[in-house]
Amino acid sequence: MTTSFLQTVLAIVHKDVRAELRSRELVGSMALFALLSILIFSFALELNRIAREEAVGGILWVTVAFASILGLNRSLAMERDQGNLDAMLLAPISRAAIFCGKLVGNLVFALVVGLLLLPLMTLLYNRPVLQPWLLAALLLGALGFSTVGTLLATMTVQTRARETLLPIVMLPVALPVLLSAVRLTTSVLAGGAQEDWLSWLQILAVVDVIYLVLCFVLFEHVIEE
Amino acid sequence: MTALPRTDAPLPAIETRPAPRRLTILTVVTILAIAFGLYMALGYAGTDVEQGNVQRIFYIHMPSFFGAFFAFGAAVIGGIQYLRTRQDKWDTLALAGIEVGLALSLVNLVTGMIWARPIWNTWWTWDPRLTSAAIMVLTYAAYLMLRNGIENPERQKRFAAVYGILAFSTVIITLVIIRIRPDTIHPAVIGPSPQNAQGTFELQATAGVGAALGINFIVWSILVPWTLVWHRVRLENFTQRINALKARLLDT
Repeated sequence: MTTSFLQTVLAIVHKDVRAELRSRELVGSMALFALLSILIFSFALELNRIAREEAVGGILWVTVAFASILGLNRSLAMERDQGNLDAMLLAPISRAAIFCGKLVGNLVFALVVGLLLLPLMTLLYNRPVLQPWLLAALLLGALGFSTVGTLLATMTVQTRARETLLPIVMLPVALPVLLSAVRLTTSVLAGGAQEDWLSWLQILAVVDVIYLVLCFVLFEHVIEE
Repeated sequence: MTALPRTDAPLPAIETRPAPRRLTILTVVTILAIAFGLYMALGYAGTDVEQGNVQRIFYIHMPSFFGAFFAFGAAVIGGIQYLRTRQDKWDTLALAGIEVGLALSLVNLVTGMIWARPIWNTWWTWDPRLTSAAIMVLTYAAYLMLRNGIENPERQKRFAAVYGILAFSTVIITLVIIRIRPDTIHPAVIGPSPQNAQGTFELQATAGVGAALGINFIVWSILVPWTLVWHRVRLENFTQRINALKARLLDT
């Protein structure tokens, strides 16, 4: 046991980022999907400008959630198909470090897509989506999705149905994250008083912490073979 | 459930084949209690002044949610214990808890819809609590899909335990959502109802309501899930034994 926990985590993140920089497989498809999704929502709500402006929070988060699912599926399927997961399990590193490494990698990709979405939505939906508190919301929301997503995707890539199963098992569990993030975004955009929506940010943070602890503990049961 | 167990594994121990006496007694008590609860709900309790007889469905509506709550809770305990001890009996408990909880939450949803039709003038509305209750049902349906999608029996139990623990978060959300989303129209039973709740009633306003609710709460939240889980566990044990016997027969 020479490598420390932090070194292991950083090594896994480094590997994921480097593989991504070379192949541009994950973020590329996630970003394209996200762009398509907000365009489709924009067309679908075209007839009603007010409905479209009110739905911005929901559209943002549904898009982030689905783009994350897309990325998570690829990220974990790659690990499994190329025997990477087995190699990491053979290495003398703790399982918790594998979880944290994959989690940070997935979070980075989700954040890249989210950061791309914010200015785009500001342009396309004509709402001030790009603002500091919403960046905090994006960070916490993406963290929540990546946490449950990393755990559940590790499970679903080992099943028969694989890619189809992840959205089915992940969306209901990610509901608390989605609920508080949408609520927060909508009230920030509506220009409500800070004390009104700050509690949603707190709820989001608490949900994140609960899921982080739960998934951290449960992860070791998901990859033992 | 899917793959046959290894043939050299010891046969799962069989229970006494006529149901154990305690289970028989419990079943009889539960059936009698359901009848008594129905009498309390439909006959003994006074008619609600505002809602009329429709309100009586509430005596099953709320207790069945708590029955589901306890059954799902049993599944969490089963999941945690399975991950700790790796004994199959805990996984069986978790599976039984989730199936029974799923049935009871469907009872909860359907009775709620029947009540909502005359009171809210709609079968279904996208009220926060209704939506989260529906999502809760879907989560546990996803649990069964996940379970069926895994062939390796050991991995199946492990993943099911993990997901059963995570899925409980939707139960908690359903429980607390009317406190954190003020725009719900769903009435609260304990404590003050949300401001725009439709179809609230006072426990003390009509004679016999408290007693009828108390009896039915014991019946639907405790006796019914307890009996059903026990029977389901027995059924699963028999299924596993049959599978083991089949595997042994094919082997010879």
